[in-house]
Order: sequence, then C-alpha cells, then structure tokens
Amino acid sequence: MKGLHKFLDEKIAPPFKEGGKLRKFWPMYDALETFAFVPGHTTHKGSHVRDGIDLKRTMFLVIVALIPCLLFGIYNIGFQYDAILTEAGRIDWLGESRHATWLEMFIYGAPMVLPMVIVSYAVGLGIEILFGIINGHSINEGFLVSGMLIPLVMPVDCPLWMVAVGTAFAVVIAKEVFGGTGMNILNVALTARAFMFFAYPTKMSGNNVWFHTGYSDSLTAAASPNVIDTYTGATPLGLLVDTADGATLVEVITNKGGGFDFSLWNSFMGFIPGSIGSTSVLMCLIGAAILIATGIGSWRIMAWAIVGGALMGGFFNYLGSLEAFADNLYLDIPWYHQLCLGGFAFGVVFMATDPVSAAQTTRGKMWYGLLIGILAILIRTANPAYPEGIMLAILFMNVMAPTIDHYVIEGNIKKRMKRAKLAIA
Amino acid sequence: MSEVKDIVVKQPKESLFSKKNKKLLSDPLNDANPITVQVLGICSALAITVQVEQALVMSASVLFVMIGGNVIVSMLRNVIPSRIRIIVQLVIVASLVIIVDQVLKAYLPDVAEKLSVFVGLIITNCIIMGRLEAYALGNKVWPSFLDAIGNAMGYAWILVVVAVVREIFGSGKLMGFLLFGESVGSPDELGAIYKMGYFNNNMMILPPMALIVVGIIIWVQRSKNQKLIEEN
Repeated sequence: MKGLHKFLDEKIAPPFKEGGKLRKFWPMYDALETFAFVPGHTTHKGSHVRDGIDLKRTMFLVIVALIPCLLFGIYNIGFQYDAILTEAGRIDWLGESRHATWLEMFIYGAPMVLPMVIVSYAVGLGIEILFGIINGHSINEGFLVSGMLIPLVMPVDCPLWMVAVGTAFAVVIAKEVFGGTGMNILNVALTARAFMFFAYPTKMSGNNVWFHTGYSDSLTAAASPNVIDTYTGATPLGLLVDTADGATLVEVITNKGGGFDFSLWNSFMGFIPGSIGSTSVLMCLIGAAILIATGIGSWRIMAWAIVGGALMGGFFNYLGSLEAFADNLYLDIPWYHQLCLGGFAFGVVFMATDPVSAAQTTRGKMWYGLLIGILAILIRTANPAYPEGIMLAILFMNVMAPTIDHYVIEGNIKKRMKRAKLAIA
Repeated sequence: MSEVKDIVVKQPKESLFSKKNKKLLSDPLNDANPITVQVLGICSALAITVQVEQALVMSASVLFVMIGGNVIVSMLRNVIPSRIRIIVQLVIVASLVIIVDQVLKAYLPDVAEKLSVFVGLIITNCIIMGRLEAYALGNKVWPSFLDAIGNAMGYAWILVVVAVVREIFGSGKLMGFLLFGESVGSPDELGAIYKMGYFNNNMMILPPMALIVVGIIIWVQRSKNQKLIEEN
C-alpha cells in the first residue's frame, strides 16, 4: 500500500500540482488519491474534532448496505421473467422444459441492471468532474451513493438514455446548482426518479414497465421466440385500480392477479414486480442494520417513518371498515401490508435518512420521519395515480426539513430563556 | 404656477435616440431584464410558454398594452392625483387589455382560447404596473414609449426562448410544426427517432419545468454578467 501511495505521490501527482501542466485536471487526480487513501487533512481553526471516517468512507459503507438490495434486484428480474413464462404456459427455460435455477435467474437479470449502474455513474461522475474542473474544487464524493440509488429505483424496462437524462438533470438541478455535495435541498436520486416519473410517465409507471420480457436475438426487429410481446401485469398498487367491482381484497391479492402472488410473505421477501432494488423489505432491513450499526443512517427517522406509515395505514383501515367507503379496496390493505408494498421500505431506509436533506435536530428527525410515513401512505392511498407516494413524501419533507429544524431550535431557545429568567429572578 | 416655471432650467433638447434613450431600449434586454433580473411577470412566463405561438401572441399583447399604458400615463402624469394614481392606472391598463382581448377573440380565436384567462391577467402583470409606477409617472412621453418597448421586448425574448425549449423537448414541435415526425400512432407512422426509442419529455409541458428553464437562463446570464449576482 505504501508503495502505491509513493507511486501516486511521485509519479502521477506532479503535473497536477500547483504550476503543473495538468493543473486544471487536479480534481480528477484528487478524487483518485482520496478514494484510495484517507487524505491527511487536519482541522485548521477552532476545536473541532475530526472523525477518522471521512465522507468517501461514509459513502462507501452506504454502498455496502445497498448491495443486498442490488443483488436481490438482479435476481428478481430473472425470477419475474420465469414467472411470466410460467403464466404464459411455457415452462421452457433455454429450450428445456424446466424452471430456471436461482443462479440462472441472477445471470439473466445482470445484463439489464449493470448497464444502468454504469450509465448512472458515468453520467453523474462526468458532470461532477466537469463542475470540479470549472469551479476548481475537488470532486464531491456524494455521487457515489446517488449513482447506485438511481438504477435501484428504476423500472427494469427503463431505456438507458432515460437513466442518463434523469441522472444529468438530478445532478445539475438538484445538486450542483445549490453548490454541490452537502448543499442539496432535495435527495438527488429521488429527484432523478421524480423527474423521470413526470417526464416519461409511459416508461416509469403503468402496468408493463416492471418486467423484462426477454432479450431479442439480434438488433433486427425480429424478436426471438423467448420474447413475450407486450406483457401486461400490474404492480399490486396498480392492480387494485383495475379490479372488477365486488372482488374482495383477499381475492385480489392472492388471486395471483396478473400471475403474481402479492401475499404478505412475497411482498416482504420481494418476489413481486417493482423498481429494481426496492421490492424486498428483507434486503432493506439488512441494509438498515448495516446503516444503523455503523451509525450512518438515523434509526430515529426510520423508526418514526414506520410509525407514521402504520398510523396512517391503520387510520385508512378504520375508514375502510365504514359503510361509506366500503367499495374502496385501497383502504382495505392492512397497514402492515402497506409497509411492505411499493418502495416504502427502500425509501425510508436509504432515501429518508440522507444526512444532507433530512432534518438535523433530534426532535426534528422525529417529526420528519413521522410525516414521511404519514404522507407516503396518504398520497398512495388517496391518489392511486401516484403509487410512488414515498418518493413524493420524502421530496416534500426534504423541502420542509429546514423549517422543522428552525422551530425545534426556536422552541429550545425559548425553553432555555425561560429557565434563565427564572434563575435571575 | 408661474414661479415653478421660472425655476425649471431649460435643458438642451435631447436627440430622439440619444445614448440615454438607447439605454432605455437595451437595458431591459439584459441588465435590467424584467423576468430574469427583476423577477416580475413570472406567472405568465410559466403559464403560456408551452408553445411558441402562444408566447409570441402573449408578447405582442403585452407590448401593445405596455406601450399604450406607458404613453397614456406619461401624458396624464401631471394631472393624475397621486392618491388615486393606482386606480387610474388600472383603468387605463384594463381598457387596453379589453381591446387586446376582443381583437384576439375576433382574429385569433384558437390562440385566444389557449391563452384563456392569461390575456385578462395581463392587467395584473407586475411588469406593466411596475413600469407605470416607476417610469411613466415621472418621465416624458418619448422616453416612456421607449421604456415600454424595451421592457416588453425583454419580457418577450425570455418568453420565446423558454417556449422554444419547452415546445421542442415537450412536444417535438416548433410553432406547431412537427420536427421529428409523429410521436404517437402505430409503429409505421412514427418519426424516425421515436422509432429508435426517443420520447417527448412530458415534464417540459408542466409549469415547474418552465420555472427551471427560467432558472437556467438566470444562471447563464449571471455567470456571464457577474455584477448581477446579489450579495447576501
């Protein structure tokens, strides 16, 4: 390791240093060096304590926490494809009359997901480098996490150029405009998701974007026999909209609507169609455990968001039991099932806890989390056109976070002033 | 009154397009742009920039109302009692807007329908009231006339730029002309790039994107013209 550092320092660094030929591109070199080695920065003023773990290493731990979701997402694509084949009455994996093994499912999904990850990183880091060079600052490492989050919240069927456009929009408008990493008001990955949701609704929502329906044989339009044309299958939240009157919720969910079983178990494990990385609550919980154990994610936000979601879900269950709302199936989804559907768990664990855009104060985190949970279920249930309730809820609360912090601090000051006056009197 | 007249120093007669007058025309286009620098008239910039045609008609309407309003108020500036000046200005602007509204309805019914309430809302366009208050009330007719043209053009070019961006990326058209071929229909009818998987950006049609495009114009303008950057 020492040798590598010496090599970097002596052979690679000089042209990038002050007065060197490639001074302009210093940010690129700096990014590489600080990625490989903890930089030797020390604090200059005041009595700050500098933590040994810097931003790059923090970000890296979040990526580690995301890996279970990523791997499961890749596997799930193959799993869903196998389910579609079964649904179509063709149990023929690779020409043999059998189901795919888990490894084959995984191998099937990888060529769909990995290009998205590569595109998202290439575009995002490209823009970061560009801004770093123009503004003469070092490259911000914040994108390490956003670049992984963006593909994980995309539908499988999303074209790569859309991922590129969404990423570019989010990095420039949500981040660089406000001054780069640490300055953004909105969560970058969610901004990309929201932008694409409104910009390309036909590719980002609806009934036929959540599946990959087979690879074409060649670049010609002729599809291979393995491609199932225009397969339509609803997500659980979309399914309820299309359900015929008179069906009960239990029938809808377990009736393998569209060939899928949206039982509580499957929703928890993640064997349901949805955005690539956000279907499995179990994988999100593993990620949450890593984030909480390393002290990176705030357990308060996660816990209060779940409380909020449960409260709102429970309230809607109560409404659904009333005569007046008897025909609204949405209200009948049990609250614990609500928490397992859609991207709720993923959003709460990885997006709501984004330390930059979340509330900073301890009591602020409570309100912030609680309101995210409440709003997410409220939006999803009250307006079926926006199944991505969690996305909109987190973005809205991102905007509100500074206000929450302001009132928490004001309240604290008031309380202390009272105490001070008492002491004087 | 006669005493006041004596005090007034007779100024040398200014040429019609003196440097000062030219500045009245050119400043609002850049350094004192009503939308990007003074941040006035944003509402209409968001609402009617989905298509270039609407933006052009709106700009022309504002140009007309602005010139009329500025000239009339400037002519009446010495007889308008200052306590009721806002009411007087409103009456003048409202009359002009009604003329515009009627003309549009008679000759451009399609566009008028698309612009709907926003023609009527020219009355409340902050740029117009702003210029009447800030300029026409205190200046002679000719400079007021130039000021009106300058500000209306400053408003217009932002509107048109935003509309061009929104129409091209939002609906794949320019002035209603299909740039890339049909975007909807059976695969055979689609334009070449739609066949390759391109989609129109629906977000461009929604008002928030207009705000973002205006924001980007402000960003570009201020990075070129650093003195516009506010201190805070």
